[in-house]
Amino acid sequence: MVSRDREAQWAEWMRAGIRGDSQAYHRFLADVTPYLRAAARRGCARASVPVSEAEDVVQDVLIALHLKRGSWDPARPLGPWLQVILRHKLIDAFRRRGRTASVAIDDFAELIAAPQDEAIDDRRDAMRLLRQLKEGQQEIVRSISLEGQDVRETAQRLNMTEGAVRVALHRALKTLARLYHGGQNENG
Amino acid sequence: MKTDELLTLLSADTAPVRPLRRMLSVALAIGFLVSALVMIATVGMRPDLAVAMIEPRVVAKLSVTLLAAASSAVLVFRIGRPGVPLGRTLRALLLPAALLAAAVAIELSVLPPDHWKASLIGRNALFCLFFIPVLSAVPLIGFLWAMRAGAPERPGWAGAACGFSAASMAAFIYAFHCPDDSPLFVMTWYVIAIGLVTLTGAAAGRRLLRW
Repeated sequence: MVSRDREAQWAEWMRAGIRGDSQAYHRFLADVTPYLRAAARRGCARASVPVSEAEDVVQDVLIALHLKRGSWDPARPLGPWLQVILRHKLIDAFRRRGRTASVAIDDFAELIAAPQDEAIDDRRDAMRLLRQLKEGQQEIVRSISLEGQDVRETAQRLNMTEGAVRVALHRALKTLARLYHGGQNENG
Repeated sequence: MKTDELLTLLSADTAPVRPLRRMLSVALAIGFLVSALVMIATVGMRPDLAVAMIEPRVVAKLSVTLLAAASSAVLVFRIGRPGVPLGRTLRALLLPAALLAAAVAIELSVLPPDHWKASLIGRNALFCLFFIPVLSAVPLIGFLWAMRAGAPERPGWAGAACGFSAASMAAFIYAFHCPDDSPLFVMTWYVIAIGLVTLTGAAAGRRLLRW
């Protein structure tokens, strides 16, 4: 169960992350993901959308809360902010499937964390999404996410400055966010 | 990509977080300054401003537009932040509307009916329709630019709020030039001009503020 304490802990990690502590930020993301997953699966089940879609929504939500974290006021509780982002992304996913189900998100405090399930998750064709990035961005994303190198190692290997790698990574995430919410079907 | 790998990717992105509130503040300050300077540098303040400032119709015009600009700015600062309730903020928008309605009612009671039409049409209606949107441009672009850091649940409505706030601010600035003081004029031409910019903002928001 997500206790109030856990939510406060998330907020604490998030605040540290906003100040630039990427370890605390990673802890927040890793800790919140199973709860997002549980809520996304429940949302999908209620809307009669295959639960296998849930992991896509989870990833979409993670990118959104990363890119939009400036819209969270550190003085306010984190839970309502997370819930609205999750609901927005669920509605978005259902709409793309032609559903207009209303989405009720449970209080995170009522959820039980759901671990990743290899059998049904990760069905998204990652390579297809990555291929839509610019070549340099693809390489950087692969290096950091799939090969587990950090920004400095990636910069050395690709003969780039760390700054350039960071900029390219941030742009790549913005592009991925667009691709996740169906941007590949639009002009640009 | 596995979710774990995505987490690694996200936490490797150390681009500084740009707080929405700060970006909106910057947009508000720049928008207000630019619009005020454009008004002063082109059409200028009305020559009789010092005397006019104590005229009840001018006081009403400035109060209505300032109240609209202030209450809608509060809305702009809240609408892009998930989980922040909007109920009271939306109700506050009724204040400038109520004040304008009261001013119109008083105007109708003190002004003989054969003057109503002339007061409503005024002297500069078309220029007002043109210039309030012109003065809105920089504040609107600034608000939309800042709002892209936000996460509005309804992008069209967020864009409309940006447009309404930018246009109300522009109307307040324009009021220092505008020679037409009757609440009947404000109720008609100011409201149409603000409405046009609000619609523009809504259309832009639907395109630019999706996430």
